[in-house]
Amino acid sequence: MNKTLYIIFLFVFLLLLQGLVLNNVLFLGYINPYLYIVFVFLYPLKENRFPFLILAFLLGLFVDAFSNSGGIHAFSTLFIAYIRPFFFRTIFKKTTSDYQLFNLRHESFDKVFNYTTSLTIIHHFILFNLINFSFYNFSNVLINTLFSSVFTLVLYFLGSFIFRRKLT
Amino acid sequence: MQQLIYFFQKYKYFLFFLFLEVIAVALIINNHSFHKSKFISSTNFISGGLYEKSSNISEYLNLKERNTLLSEENVRLKNELEKLHTLLDSTTIKAVIDTARIHQNYLYINGKVINNNFDKANNFLTINRGSKNGVTPEMAVINSKGIIGITDNVSLKYARVQSILNSKSSINAKFKNNPHFGTLIWNGKDYNTVQLTDIPRQTKFKEGDTIVTGGKSTIFPEGIPIGTVIKMPGELSAVNSIDIKLFNDMSSLGHIYVITNLNKEEIKSVENTNE
Repeated sequence: MNKTLYIIFLFVFLLLLQGLVLNNVLFLGYINPYLYIVFVFLYPLKENRFPFLILAFLLGLFVDAFSNSGGIHAFSTLFIAYIRPFFFRTIFKKTTSDYQLFNLRHESFDKVFNYTTSLTIIHHFILFNLINFSFYNFSNVLINTLFSSVFTLVLYFLGSFIFRRKLT
Repeated sequence: MQQLIYFFQKYKYFLFFLFLEVIAVALIINNHSFHKSKFISSTNFISGGLYEKSSNISEYLNLKERNTLLSEENVRLKNELEKLHTLLDSTTIKAVIDTARIHQNYLYINGKVINNNFDKANNFLTINRGSKNGVTPEMAVINSKGIIGITDNVSLKYARVQSILNSKSSINAKFKNNPHFGTLIWNGKDYNTVQLTDIPRQTKFKEGDTIVTGGKSTIFPEGIPIGTVIKMPGELSAVNSIDIKLFNDMSSLGHIYVITNLNKEEIKSVENTNE
């Protein structure tokens, strides 16, 4: 599949999925998956990082428009987009020369798991702190971060398992 | 100069990252202050339109429930109208003047909730009425069971409503059976309970008392139902706070009314003459 087309499709699909379906899940009243950050995991690694940072910011901003939250999704999505190369280097032990050939599907499961879990937890932690916007209900923030991260990750791994055959 | 260019070369991603984060922080702070967030909200053309489409589809799932609610309300209103008719008959005054706008204090605009939040610390709803239909910021939003919120951000076809489930909303409320009033706030925990604070100490109340809006503001008319008292404080303190269970189920809202106070300008101008 054409790379640019694939990215545009992924962007729009994740945005609509998040805005129209997943924002209404509210499992047990408050646990909500934020699956749109999968965009950050799946965006191909490139030497020039400007397009990626801009797209991550825009995706967050559009999700904000759907959930009336100012810029909190934009902030947290941009943050994990910026620190992604650091996790990439430490977890997969690869350098910039490997960017072209790298594919998340060809890596072993435990590495992919570490990579996605750490990015998801960082994203959710920042997100719930900004939603709360005070130190008043800090235990709530931690509980929300934990449960929503688990929910997001379960959805992501199920999704990647289902779509594995079709998209390769 | 060479050094400076080298510096920018080296940290260009970090500087760009900082730049975008500053924009995001500015948007967050904007969103936390009333009336300011204009672009990034559910009232804009794209997300508002999408929400309307999706609510048009999901509306069918609870048509039955909504119809029951509306017909219950109709019955109640018809009964009240009948009472008023008999009152008019008995008090001889039959000369009904054409009172189109003379005595009318409030104007109701109907509408529908097309997006609803109730799980965050600051919740907003989106309704499918905007400035085209005469909605402006700071108007009351209610439904047949009780209050819902206050409009705060209006576009041509849509309006955003700051729900009572918002840490920033504070609404004047009072007991139905005695004249003492307090302020209605929400502590952000349970979407079925709100809190009434700043009640005078001499107030006597018990569990099950009904709370209605106080009418001490230009937004809400007096006497719109809110909920019932469910939990009493152990002992009376300076900050009296009691839990109120809402009549409304905030997680499922359908048809709503936006209320305009036709005398708002006049009241405001009278109140501001001292300055």
